[in-house]
Amino acid sequence: MSALPGTPTRVTGRGASRPPAATRKRWTFDRVSLVVVFLGVPVALYLLFVLYPFTQAAWYSLTSWSGFTSTQEFIGLENYQRLLTDGLFLQAVGNSLVLLLVVPAVTLVLSFALACLLTFGGSSTGAVRGLSGSSFYRVVSFFPYVVPAIVVGIIFGRVYDPSAGLLNGVLTGLGLGRFKDFAWLGEPSTALWAVVVVIVWSFVGFYMVLFVASIRAIPAEIFEAARIDGAGRFRTAVFIAAPGIAGSLRTAYVYLGIFALDAFVFLAAMNPDGGPGNSTLVITQQIFSTAFKEGRFGLACAMGVVLAVLTFAFTGLVLGVGQALARRNARGARA
Amino acid sequence: MSADTRVATTAAPARPERRGPSGERTVAVTSHTVLGIWSLLVLLPFAWTVVSSFKTNREIFASPFSLPSEWRYQNYVDAWNTAGIGSYFFNSVVVVFSALVLTMVMGAMSAYVLARFDFRGRTVLRYLIVAGLTFPVFLAVVPLFFILQQVGVLNTLPGLILSYATYAYPFTVFFLLSFFEELPGEIAEAASIDGASEWRTFFQVMLPMAGPGMAAVAILNFVGLWNQFLLPVVLNSDRSNYVLTQGLAAFASQAGYDVNFGALFAGAVMTVVPVLVVYLVFQRRLQGAVSAGGLK
Repeated sequence: MSALPGTPTRVTGRGASRPPAATRKRWTFDRVSLVVVFLGVPVALYLLFVLYPFTQAAWYSLTSWSGFTSTQEFIGLENYQRLLTDGLFLQAVGNSLVLLLVVPAVTLVLSFALACLLTFGGSSTGAVRGLSGSSFYRVVSFFPYVVPAIVVGIIFGRVYDPSAGLLNGVLTGLGLGRFKDFAWLGEPSTALWAVVVVIVWSFVGFYMVLFVASIRAIPAEIFEAARIDGAGRFRTAVFIAAPGIAGSLRTAYVYLGIFALDAFVFLAAMNPDGGPGNSTLVITQQIFSTAFKEGRFGLACAMGVVLAVLTFAFTGLVLGVGQALARRNARGARA
Repeated sequence: MSADTRVATTAAPARPERRGPSGERTVAVTSHTVLGIWSLLVLLPFAWTVVSSFKTNREIFASPFSLPSEWRYQNYVDAWNTAGIGSYFFNSVVVVFSALVLTMVMGAMSAYVLARFDFRGRTVLRYLIVAGLTFPVFLAVVPLFFILQQVGVLNTLPGLILSYATYAYPFTVFFLLSFFEELPGEIAEAASIDGASEWRTFFQVMLPMAGPGMAAVAILNFVGLWNQFLLPVVLNSDRSNYVLTQGLAAFASQAGYDVNFGALFAGAVMTVVPVLVVYLVFQRRLQGAVSAGGLK
């Protein structure tokens, strides 16, 4: 195709500010009508249903709107002041922050370890090879990701059941008699951790698949060189594989963090009322009940804004720190 | 790097480097053991669910681990008819497929224009659409509720379809942009020299060429939309319009021990089966799409 006269062979590059395939041509009716219809209709719907609600939420958060009056009374930052002294909301923020700190860390360590086992955990005479039968493990581990989260939550709600659950049955079967009637989701000390385990469980496979792909993208010579230098698999994982996929790790951390701040669907299935002593109450549950059960939409929107600010702060922090580290590493390597 | 290696020697003395074939085998066996345990941890809860879905409540509580004395297919019938899983299932099929078609059409068209046409404001539009990926949906649902009310589609399937499609739209555009950018421009040019209009070029030339990308996004979107929970719970409180995920949640949260747990497990199994089939058929493509799309 590139044999067409006068067409220079172009270099494909992703993410360039001006994509190479874009063409600047005369604007005929044909072209204009296409752009208007192809872009106009979807973007209009997108603005109305997605972007406009976000801006509206910011405005509602400054009102005392209950959702049922036709006018909204502007009350400034009063909603936010109320949130600062609202013990229940602060507890929800605290629980959400625990999820934010623990879920991504545990998920990433586990999925990275499994990805390393898959990519260079096999027996290797000669080059470092992957594990035989790795596709079976990949298919199985990825499976929880496609299962609806609500189903995962419902299943684990039953798995954790004190008397007829899978977990206590297995534990007592192993001779740990004291777990006979232990209510994992009903004890304030274990409820949140039980939820963490479920979220991690459902996401590890997805990130494992992601990391397997990134590790495979690292040039094989680097692994070979490390091996010749006498690095074991553990050191290869920590000092070759981990830095080699730093970008994916960072992106994964952001996604997981955003997800952990939400976590609504899992909790709706396992502890819809906030759990024992509100030990599993999270921000999103508070937003939901404040808006749709108590009808305090202004206050709920303020909570939503707090959630958004937390999300952006977290994303900015991870990406910013990540970039700073990358820059320092690059400088260190040059020195 | 040399400094790093020295640190590791002191930090991880527990794993001595073995070169012999026996050491290699130990590593492989260890890997298989760890991954095997993990696979078991993944599969066991599902296997337990499937077995429980054939039991009576009494069996579930009396002997949670034994096989059912008699395989009760009646649980599936009960879940399908009495608990309403059947009608929720059809609602889900209607909503997910309509929204999937809508978001794919809108996403492909927008991505095509944003990738291959140069005009003022294009970069701004791109950022505006990608920004939709990062906002927490929870912030938007309260106002969205009222917008749907004003448009008159609250608690209706069309309202749900529109919401599903527009919230899947940013991801669809984001994912397809690079596919359309990398299609060779010469082919479009050849088509236009042959007298094809821009419209025709898109539908008959460019769209078929973006097929692999379209397929990958469609599968990812199908899984995402089938599993959608928050939007239906907020925007769709009419029980006859429930989709599977919210219907199942409502079934599960019924008070006390009146729940027919066998039927609940049966409902869970029936919710999983469609995504499981799609996953097993397309798993190579899905995993490929995840690793290609997630790295940016």
